[in-house]
Amino acid sequence: MAIKQISVYAENSKGALSKVTGVLADANVDLRSLCIADTDEYGIIRIVADDTKKAQEAVTAAGLTFNVREVVAVAIPDESGGLHRVLEILDRNEINLEYAYSLITAKVDSAYIVLRVDDNVKTERVLKENGIRVLGEGDI
Amino acid sequence: MYYQKEIETMPVEALKDLQSRKLVRQVNHVYENVAYYRDKMDKAGVRPSDIKSVEDLRRLPFLEKEDLRNTYPSGMLAVPIKDCVRIHSTSGTTGKRVIAYYTQHDLDLWEDCVARALSAAGATVDDTVQICFGYGLFTGGMGFHGASQKLGCVTLPMSSGNTERQIQFMQDLGSTVLCCTPSYAGYLADTLTVSGLTPDDIPLKIGIFGAEPWTEEMRASIEKRLGIKAFDIYGLTEISGPGVAFECEEQNGMHINEDHFIAEIINPITGEVLPEGEKGELVLTSIDKEAFPMMRYRTHDICVLKRGKCSCGRSFIKMAKPMGRSDDMMIIRGVNVFPSQIESVLLKEGYSNNYLIEIDRVNSTDTFDVFVEFLPEDFDDTIKTVTAREKRLQSELKKMVGISPAVHLRPPMSLARSDGKAVRINDKRKLL
Repeated sequence: MAIKQISVYAENSKGALSKVTGVLADANVDLRSLCIADTDEYGIIRIVADDTKKAQEAVTAAGLTFNVREVVAVAIPDESGGLHRVLEILDRNEINLEYAYSLITAKVDSAYIVLRVDDNVKTERVLKENGIRVLGEGDI
Repeated sequence: MYYQKEIETMPVEALKDLQSRKLVRQVNHVYENVAYYRDKMDKAGVRPSDIKSVEDLRRLPFLEKEDLRNTYPSGMLAVPIKDCVRIHSTSGTTGKRVIAYYTQHDLDLWEDCVARALSAAGATVDDTVQICFGYGLFTGGMGFHGASQKLGCVTLPMSSGNTERQIQFMQDLGSTVLCCTPSYAGYLADTLTVSGLTPDDIPLKIGIFGAEPWTEEMRASIEKRLGIKAFDIYGLTEISGPGVAFECEEQNGMHINEDHFIAEIINPITGEVLPEGEKGELVLTSIDKEAFPMMRYRTHDICVLKRGKCSCGRSFIKMAKPMGRSDDMMIIRGVNVFPSQIESVLLKEGYSNNYLIEIDRVNSTDTFDVFVEFLPEDFDDTIKTVTAREKRLQSELKKMVGISPAVHLRPPMSLARSDGKAVRINDKRKLL
């Protein structure tokens, strides 16, 4: 299942983020989510796009440094304790979570969450076993 | 304030005679005992008997750091190892590291040289000397240590670091003379201010600073903030250590200990000897050493030599503060660093050789930053991957050069590429 995430390197300086969003906008890429990890010197912009291939072509052409990898996306009920239940399942199964962030969804009763873990296959399996809905490219 | 007045104030003619006699002896000693240099002389068509006085010195071939690398570790040793009593070494790893050997005679003359420096700065048997140069293989600590004891001073072998304890000992034990790098002296002064102390709270009167370049502005600042008179000292492990040249009360150029070393200034490109007073590369020849004699060693320090009547009474020629280098060596926190050392680590670790070294001085301490381009495949979606790579590179670089740089990984093709000569070093310290 797993969905693709593209991570782009950006210097921690004025205009660095808008340069990346500009490149994607010019290529008519629609962003489903964006999450930034930053240090004093640089940031990593993690993006889930409607069309990863198109996004990848655009950043390649712009000469940006990037990385594409698969991440797990799940749908959880938009209610208190929803995310906690997912994380508890990961803990119980000794799955190390690197980071997580939310995805845009049109549905009012669900929240979409991206989970960055080391073992996507195991994560998806244990989540499914516990009744969590795992998303695929077609869902976003 | 002399340590060996007769020698230090010797008339120039007598000094030249002494140098000539010692040079002849030294050349024969080296020719007989150092096969590497004998080959060099043979190739240059010079025989020991051709060298009759200092005027003939220029006929001898130069020695370069490269030669010391070729002969690592003991190819330049001129006596049986059992005759040596001490070994020192420059920082850095194999290849750039120089191993210096000393017999008791060599240590004695070295300590005499440093004792002259201490005396010239005003130190006497009544002084307490606090030595904050590193002890160990580095020549700074041990060189001052022996000299200070020889002079009869109370000697405090503090080594570097632990600044608060340095200041406490200074106050509690009454240190009147401070020996360290100029940047550490600046750092001590900063710490003093932060602790709410003034120069009146510490007993220091004299500072002797060396092992790295410093400016007249730094001198003025250190003198004011520590309430001392600050003196420069010059030396290098290849020649013995600190004390090849030292400042007197004039604080205007360093007297070269000419009874032990002959100084020449050459054009660094052609190797031609330049007349006195012209700017060029300093070349030093030891004339009184047993274990590790150096014939016409190219220091790559650019400076000027001037002989004149000095108000201190010394006849030894004076060298100006070095004004730069004729190679790409950097001196960072007192440690000699070559770009080629950085490059070899980068290549070994799989990086490209496009890098930038940035040096600055913040709060009297040198900053040392290395910017490196990572490979596209080294980048992933986490900060920790980049950080781990930076840490590893930092530790490998520290192993190579002896001091730890801040490493910054940058995306491929992001560091400026020059059209012609690569710009690898950005030294913002404005020292020279």
